[in-house]
This record gives sequence, structure tokens and C-alpha cells, in this order.
Amino acid sequence: MFIQPPGMPVPMRSNSGTTENSPMVTETTNPNDAERMNQDLLRPLLRTSTRFYVAVPVLGAIVLAAVGAFAYQVWNGIGVWGINRPVFWAFDITNFVFWIGISHAGTLITAILRLANATWRRPVTRCAEVITVFALSIGAIFPIIHLGRPWLFFWLIPYPSERLIWPNFRSPLAWDFFAISAYLTGSLIFLLYPIIPDWALVRDKTTGWRHRLYRVLALGWRGTPKQWHRLESAMHIMAVAIIPVAVSVHTIVSWDFSMAPVPMWHSTIFGPYFVCGAIFSGIAGLILAMFFLRKLLHLHDYLLPIHFDNLGKLLLMMSLLWFYFIFAERLTTWYGNETSEMAVFWSTQRGRFAPLFWTMVFCNFLIPFPLLAIKRFRASIIGPVIASSTIVVGMWIERFLIVVPSIANKYLPYTFGSYKPTWVEITLTAGTFAAMGLFYIFFSKLVPIISIWELKVGMHRTLRVPSPSSAIAGQPELTLQTDPRTADH
Amino acid sequence: MVVDLDRCTGCEACVVACRAENNVTTAGEKEAANGRAIHWIRVERYWEGDFPETRVKFRPVLCQQCDAAPCEPVCPTYAAYHNDEGLNAQIYNRCIGTRYCANACPYTVRFFNFYNPVWEKPLHLQLNPDVAVREVGVMEKCTFCVQRINAAEVQAAAEKRELKDGEFNTACVQTCPPGALVFGDLNDPASAVSRLSRSNRATKLLGELGTKPKVTYLELASWRDDKAQSG
Repeated sequence: MFIQPPGMPVPMRSNSGTTENSPMVTETTNPNDAERMNQDLLRPLLRTSTRFYVAVPVLGAIVLAAVGAFAYQVWNGIGVWGINRPVFWAFDITNFVFWIGISHAGTLITAILRLANATWRRPVTRCAEVITVFALSIGAIFPIIHLGRPWLFFWLIPYPSERLIWPNFRSPLAWDFFAISAYLTGSLIFLLYPIIPDWALVRDKTTGWRHRLYRVLALGWRGTPKQWHRLESAMHIMAVAIIPVAVSVHTIVSWDFSMAPVPMWHSTIFGPYFVCGAIFSGIAGLILAMFFLRKLLHLHDYLLPIHFDNLGKLLLMMSLLWFYFIFAERLTTWYGNETSEMAVFWSTQRGRFAPLFWTMVFCNFLIPFPLLAIKRFRASIIGPVIASSTIVVGMWIERFLIVVPSIANKYLPYTFGSYKPTWVEITLTAGTFAAMGLFYIFFSKLVPIISIWELKVGMHRTLRVPSPSSAIAGQPELTLQTDPRTADH
Repeated sequence: MVVDLDRCTGCEACVVACRAENNVTTAGEKEAANGRAIHWIRVERYWEGDFPETRVKFRPVLCQQCDAAPCEPVCPTYAAYHNDEGLNAQIYNRCIGTRYCANACPYTVRFFNFYNPVWEKPLHLQLNPDVAVREVGVMEKCTFCVQRINAAEVQAAAEKRELKDGEFNTACVQTCPPGALVFGDLNDPASAVSRLSRSNRATKLLGELGTKPKVTYLELASWRDDKAQSG
């Protein structure tokens, strides 16, 4: 059965030439390379190591504990959280913003890399895009479970109900609903479409129940030129469409804060600041995920130092941009010297929240900057990984520092308050991280975590570049000159 | 409503009256320390000056019933909404507890039911039958004793006459011993509350935010000057 991609997806050349070129391309495939690739990348689907049997119960137990904590909260009332008056939002919204931010790891970055034709992206795309889908799902749970009456969450959904009332479309929370559901739908499509050819490959390489499962999942993929053409067109459309959606999602999340007249929330800088922070934490999350995949699934030959190096450069840029934003925000606040804003400002700079603030600056800028700016560290894999770990921590603190100090120091000093989390909130937070790990593990067991067909396309493209000089000299034309995993075509 | 700060003695009778009238639950000592206490009206105390020349100032703060209320547009379920009379209404049944309104409110006068309310016996016998009790997860706040407004309106309509100024009062106004609180119809230019809010002592709490509060504070200019100097 013909399921190999015919070298190059169809739109790149004239439609009439499709059938002529395909056989040549399939002939040029080095069968050993393709076979090794199949073996390496399908191994996680077919074999399960003991690590899986250790990780899944551990992570599963943490997730179950979080579910239990939520049940406890519903049963007793949300008073089991540490929230109070005036700090009505804390860990819940921090986690919400944090995970929506992490979700900018995948779809946005890979869409940009796809459009920019950065071919080194090929092994990175899928493990990035799946972060988007899972992080978005985890983040989107929080607006529901943080409700005082979570069982009525569907009142946020616009549907013609017997209550004869729509949601309030002026509320940023209603905008959240639309933004997040659009982004989730878009990134699911963006993730699932390119999986279909790989599921077809798994279908053809397996027998028994796996064969039956993947036969259903592959949706009758035959690898005909028409199918490839449609896939490529759909991915082009989605790549263009998903970028404004992704930007709008985190802008709207930022508007949850900046629409309210609360000191240090009510700020025009929040939209771009949040988008920047989201991409920043997203890349950090992606680098960490790639590091674990490389170690645990033995993908050393696919996730190369150059990928960490390139993503490290992106991360460095985002770190600088993030620092620029927070500097601009703090400087204008301090210079403006408005009484209510200064109460919040000083509580973070040298007051109760100062230890967190300066930890954040260390984690997001002072530690990552040298690790990412100096080539020797950046190219070493471990450099970007350490930087990413501190950034993930730093960005979580950043979200917390956006949410809590402002409402804890809001206008009338008589109502100033503070906040301390309870075990329920801490368990829920731990549960989100465990859920992310668990989802990721299950996904990598069901889907080749590196897009096999896209890698092969990269390889074919390299092979198909005709070298006029070598042709004239009569040298063998079709040798593997460049590494397909990083090559430009 | 008009609050005369020069008359307020900080006795907190208004707080007690409001609690009795509006079925406000008691959080208990421990939860109150955690910031879960509910007071639809509170008396803020501010100390001014350095020892020994200190002065304490009281400021009763309740929902300001803003005309441009920040809490209203942010509510996704229209639980916080502006009714025809210009009251900033809270519809408990619509509230799902996002608590967004409470964060948006600059005066921090919105209160959340962190637990289901309990009235230890025999306190349950004094519940006001005209006022709904609020369940867990619902936001609540001062209603300007809307049940009293409605009752007076119904009575006036039955007697086929207009409402008279001072015919009824909110619980806090009714209770205030020094008469620091005055309630009435701002749409009627002849009412006591309208006359007082045109006083040269009149200020709005956090008026610079543009929330157009319907509560006016009366205070002598000297205090404001003192405050400006000390602040």
C-alpha cells in the first residue's frame, strides 16, 4: 500500500506534474533510512518500558488527588481554598493564565515556523502542538472549577435556554469562552490533520488490535496525491488562521485583568505583555518536553542539539522582550507615582511580595540570559534545559504576581488583605502538572511523537535537489548530502 | 444616600441593623480572621496625625450603587446589573461565583459566600422573611434595602399616591443614632438627600475613578485638607 508521502506535497509544483514526479521520488528513498526511522519512531507505540509502569501510577495518583481535592471543595464550599476578601482570585487564575500561556508553545510557534519554511522544525512540530492542546485543556478547566457554584458553569455558554437569558457579552469572561474554544478547536485540527498519514503508517506496520485501532484512526488514508494536496492546503490555511487566534487568546486573557479598574491591572501594556510571556513560557515548556522525550524515548538522533540551540535563541529573544515589558511597566508606574498604584508597586518591589518578585526576575532573566546568550552554554542542550526550568517557575510566579498583589492592595487601605494557599489549591496545582505529564505519556504511546512523514518529506527534498554541476560532471547525483532532520531545501 | 462623616461616631449600629434586616450570615471568629466576614456596611477607622495629637476618623462604607459600576459589565451572567430605578442590583440566582465583580469593585463592598450560611439556634428565628438567604458560592452586597423600597412602592401604589420623601428608610439609616445617614430619592430635587448632596461639604468616595457613586459623603473641608497634608 502506498502510504509514503510522494516526496513533496503537491502544491509545491504544478498539479499536472504530480504523477510523473512521484515514482522518481519513491525510488530515491534510502530504504534503510526510512526503515530505521519507522523503527525508531514507532517503538514507543509498540513497546512499553518499566518506566511507563512507574510514571503512570505516580502521576495518576497525583491527578486523582487533585480530583479528590476538587470534590472536597464542591462538597464543603470554596472556603476550603485560601482565597478571601479582597483576594478573590489566587492560585486558580494563576494556573489558568499560566497554562494558557504554556499552550502558546506549540501551535503558534510551529505555525510561524511552518510559514517561515524553517525546515529544522520538522521533528519539533508535533511534540509542540500537543502541548498546546493539553495545556489549553488544563488551563480552561480553571475558570470552571474556580466558580463558587461550578455545577452551573454551563451558564457561561451561549445557548437558547429556558432561562431566556444570554451570557453577558460585555464580560471578558464571556470573551474568554469564545477565544479559548476557538483556539482549542483550531489547535486540535492543527494537531490531528498531520497525524493522519502517520496513523496510516502505524496501521500498515501493525497487526491485531493495534491494526484495527489505527485503521479507524487513519480515516481511510491512502496517500493519494489528492489526499496529500488536501492535507497540505488545510495545513497552510490552518497555519495562517491559527496565528491571530493564538495572539487573541492571550490578549483576551490579559483583558480579564486590564478591563477592571484595579491598580496595576488597568494597563494598556497587558495585551502584548501577556502574549510575550505566553510565548516565553511556552518555548520553555517545549524545550523541557523535548528534553524528556529525547532522554526517555531515545530520540537522540532526531531531537538534535541544533533544535535546542535554535529554540534557545528564540527563548533568549523572548527573555529580553519579557524583561523589556516588565521594565517598561514598572518604570511608567513608578514615574507616574499614582497613590493607589504605588501601594501595589511597593508591595511587590520591597514589601510582602518582594521575595517572589526578585525570584521571578532571577528565574526569568538573570539566570537564563547568560545560559542562552553564550553560545557554548546554549548549544549544550543542558543550558537551554536549565534556563527553561527556571523560566517555567519564574513565569508561574509572574502570573501569581499579576493576580494577587493588585487585589490585595486595592484602593482603600482599610480593605488591604493577604493570601495564603491551602492544601486544596496546592493539590490542584500539582495535579495540573501531573495531568500534563500523564496526557503527554499517553499521547506518545498512541501517536508517533515525531512526525514521521514530515521527516521523510524533508529527506526527499534534500535528495531531490538536482545539482547541475554534479550532473555535468557525471557524478552520482542523489546522495544524502545534508541531514534531513535539519536540512533546508 | 448621604453619609455625614462629621456626624458619624463610629458606633456601628448600622452594621448590626443591616445584619438583622438582610439575613447576613456570621462567619465565626476563625473565618472572620481569614477574611470571610460579611458586612454589607462597615465602618472604616483611620487614624490621623502623630501621637499624642491623633484623631480617629470613621467612614461608613457600603455599596456605592454606582451609575457607572465596574462590577456590572464584567459579570458573565448578568447577576450584577442595573435596574430601572438605577439601583445596582445583585440577582443571587444568576450568580455562579466567578467573583470577578468583587475584584473589579474599587470599594471592596462585595461579599462572597465561601460556605453555606448557618444560623445557630435560636438565631434562625430572627431571619427576615422578606429577604432571600444566599447559598454557598454566591456574591452578595448592599441592596439599599430593596425589600423596603418595594414594600413602600406597593403600599403607595395601593393607596394611589406618590412616594413621600422619608416615608421609609433603609435599616442602617433608621438605626443611625446621630443621624449621620440620610436616605431618599436622588431623582427628586426637593428631597433631603438631594439637598444634602448639593452641599459644599459633599464629596464622592474615590470619585476620581469615574464610577459615579450614588452615595455622597459630607465632610468638612478642614478634614480633607488635613488628609491632603498628612497623605
